Amino acid sequence: MRVDPTLRQALGDGNGFDASSCLNCGSCTALCPLGLELFPRKLFRYALLGARDKLVENTDTVYSCLLCKMCEENCPAGVHITDNVRALRVYLGREVFHLGPRGV
Amino acid sequence: MAPIPIQDTLGMLGDNLERRRSVLPISRRRATAWSRGLEIPARGPTVLYTGQMYQLVPAINAMTHRLSGMEDSWMAGYFGLARRMNRLVNLAGLMARGSPQEVREYNEALRNIARLLLAAHVEFGYLYGVDRYAGALAHDEGLDETLQRHAARVYEDLKAAGVTEVITVDPHTTNLLRSVYPKIVPGYELKVRTYLEVLAALAPKPVERLAEVVTVHDSCLYARREGVAAQPRALLTESGVTIHETELSGKATQCCGGPIEMLFPKRSNDIAARRVEQLAKSADRVVTLCPLCLANLRRVGRPGVEIDDVSSYLVRGYCPRVPNGGAGAELTEPRHAAPAQAVAGA
Repeated sequence: MRVDPTLRQALGDGNGFDASSCLNCGSCTALCPLGLELFPRKLFRYALLGARDKLVENTDTVYSCLLCKMCEENCPAGVHITDNVRALRVYLGREVFHLGPRGV
Repeated sequence: MAPIPIQDTLGMLGDNLERRRSVLPISRRRATAWSRGLEIPARGPTVLYTGQMYQLVPAINAMTHRLSGMEDSWMAGYFGLARRMNRLVNLAGLMARGSPQEVREYNEALRNIARLLLAAHVEFGYLYGVDRYAGALAHDEGLDETLQRHAARVYEDLKAAGVTEVITVDPHTTNLLRSVYPKIVPGYELKVRTYLEVLAALAPKPVERLAEVVTVHDSCLYARREGVAAQPRALLTESGVTIHETELSGKATQCCGGPIEMLFPKRSNDIAARRVEQLAKSADRVVTLCPLCLANLRRVGRPGVEIDDVSSYLVRGYCPRVPNGGAGAELTEPRHAAPAQAVAGA
């Protein structure tokens, strides 16, 4: 796993990513209707570590999220999980997919 | 074999929002067809804002059906070409026409909502060509620059029309106009309420008693973000409907799978099927509060389980029937439609 020290800043600046209070307890994963083992806590950990390659590798998982807030409603650390997932999408859309008015 | 490509699918929908002001553009005629005969004024400080969500469902269903056929097939490889073509012609619109029966059915839900507000003596206008899609998909998928520009244009149109309050009809438009736009549109100031909140606050007297047993499927957005769960229940209960709550209801509601229907249609259908199974344990009649939940749950369906929009119940409970034509004469009943009883003294 390669670490990109600028990733966390890129996600936080403007995109609003903040998972620093995540306890990694797994409540979110247990409650997720998608039943994906990876989601969302491991993705957040990749983001916090700066593992850009891992995020890109798991793009499907990022875009699978229903944004239903079931996890967020029950997060003991009060992490704004859906805002964070959106922040990952904003980042991937802009930096990887080049989406937007001037995109490919 | 390939999954639906995220980049080209989102790119196409984003292009549409930028160029055609909706992710799946439909004609003005089709977007406003529901209002024919209701004679709603074209202006007013308070307007009914549909955000075109009910009108878009037939197109979304048609698109999802096509995408389901392409998922994990060789055709998924041609999305890049489709996106380039879509910039020139409204290819997405051609791919997603929707069936006339569905168009009628979802239009009727909007007519029911308007009738309910009229029967409760709420004064409102409808902006016809200016009632636009609010940008829910762009928000969910993180197309923030596109959404920000779109939201500014939607708000400009509303301000130019002198609107100070909007009455919304679905959770997605409500969430955007009430909770998202204020963060991304400078100087945004608009009072936003759903028709369910407006009606519940007025507490109208029912004209018919509906002796029916239902369960309610809450929208995630309504229940967990916008605080809309008690209002539809109060209106249903007051009109005589008995609600058998499912275990996962209110703030603990389970998603219908709708938000991923475009990118992951099979996964979306699996989630919807699980949800229908849960709901069916409580009652064989399911009431939905969101057009997308309605479409998604119906798509997977289950024999013996009827799924209908809440407006089709409320309109029978609260709107007087108008004999021999008129805007109130075509009250839509749920497909099972148990006979209504007159309320004593109503």
